[in-house]
Amino acid sequence: MYAQMIKSEATQDDPEQLAAFQARIDAGEKIEPKDWMPEGYRKTLIRQIGQHAHSEIVGQLPEGNWITRAPTLERKAILLAKVQDEAGHGLYLYGAAETLGVSRDELTEMLLDGRMKYSSIFNYPTLNWADIGAVGWLVDGAAIMNQVPLQRTSYGPYSRAMIRICKEESFHQRQGYDAIRRMAEGSDAQKKMAQDALNRLWYPSLMMFGPSDKDSVHSAQSMAWKIKMNTNDELRQKFVDQTVPQAEYLGLTVPDPDLKWNEARGHYDFTDPDWTEFYEVLKGNGPCNTDRLAARNKAWDEGAWVRDGLLAHARKRTARKMAAE
Amino acid sequence: MKNEWPLWEVFIRGQHGLSHRHVGSLHAPDAEMAIKNARDVYTRRNEGVSIWVVEANQISASSPSDKGPLYEPSESKVYRHPTFFDIPDEVGAM
Ligand SMILES: [Fe+2]
Ligand SMILES: [Fe+2]
Repeated sequence: MYAQMIKSEATQDDPEQLAAFQARIDAGEKIEPKDWMPEGYRKTLIRQIGQHAHSEIVGQLPEGNWITRAPTLERKAILLAKVQDEAGHGLYLYGAAETLGVSRDELTEMLLDGRMKYSSIFNYPTLNWADIGAVGWLVDGAAIMNQVPLQRTSYGPYSRAMIRICKEESFHQRQGYDAIRRMAEGSDAQKKMAQDALNRLWYPSLMMFGPSDKDSVHSAQSMAWKIKMNTNDELRQKFVDQTVPQAEYLGLTVPDPDLKWNEARGHYDFTDPDWTEFYEVLKGNGPCNTDRLAARNKAWDEGAWVRDGLLAHARKRTARKMAAE
Repeated sequence: MKNEWPLWEVFIRGQHGLSHRHVGSLHAPDAEMAIKNARDVYTRRNEGVSIWVVEANQISASSPSDKGPLYEPSESKVYRHPTFFDIPDEVGAM
């Protein structure tokens, strides 16, 4: 998902305190920043929320790429608003992570030097306008699958951030579907572009949910702590079931010859993505890993004088005000 | 000196005259920028008509371990709620 393969941290706490903590979670209570929590819970959450925040921020790059080249002024305004929302999502999540005792700059530095990850999906390029439609439809669609249940996560600040995000996310998916629909209903050349975007983005979207449950060794603790609400395969299945009819409506073909409705299961059978490719992308070998990190580093470095200047100005004004009093 | 912008807590009053409500936090060099940023981050869809920002380190909070002594006393005082009292139907609405 936006947070993939989050390793649960082992916890070495007093068993009695641990049991009481688990009982609070089982009773549906929210854990708040100043409450006692196991070290493993804190560390796992910092990693997960941080990775989620980084994904929102890096996710602005593939879409920002098309703002100046949107086909109409209206599409441009919509895309701009969508990308601005993603900046906000990153910010809500950084705020939630900071309540766990990590600073915003620390998180940023860990992204910039590669110690922390962001979702694999944003290492794929957006080659043309059809991709922008497909990203809203598929990528935001996949994100929603994960974010809706996370509104019920046990950690209060994370849950509240998710509630805000979910309110905005439906606009993202709808504007994407609307954009790709316009192309799917357009000229033959436009239809072809829409199909091509689906072909390229389908499997990377399925990868967003993380490895198959049988290879996902870190889930049990996170699920007990309610910081992971569903297994990867559950969410992936849900996404496929929801998306296939949407593709059919557009007259587009999901690029999976083995995709078919399984009456007995009440779900679609489908082909898993190529997990070798997934692990390669995570390792830094996707098509855009280098570009994405370079862009974030450049923005951070070139913004330094603005951050420092504004802070110096604020300090000078405070000092002047104190001197006058 | 560390150059991280301070953290501000943001409170917003919505359209309908309710009190300001905590909506989240952000970093900004000073109060003026904090309000500007809060407008961009927390009122993109008409969520508010008034913004307060408070530097996070200026907020004092009760501690979670005080939960018992602070709030339990009110649990036993059921007579503070109007439903504690039986009012005969004949009396009418009260
Ligand atoms: Fe988002
Ligand atoms: Fe989104």
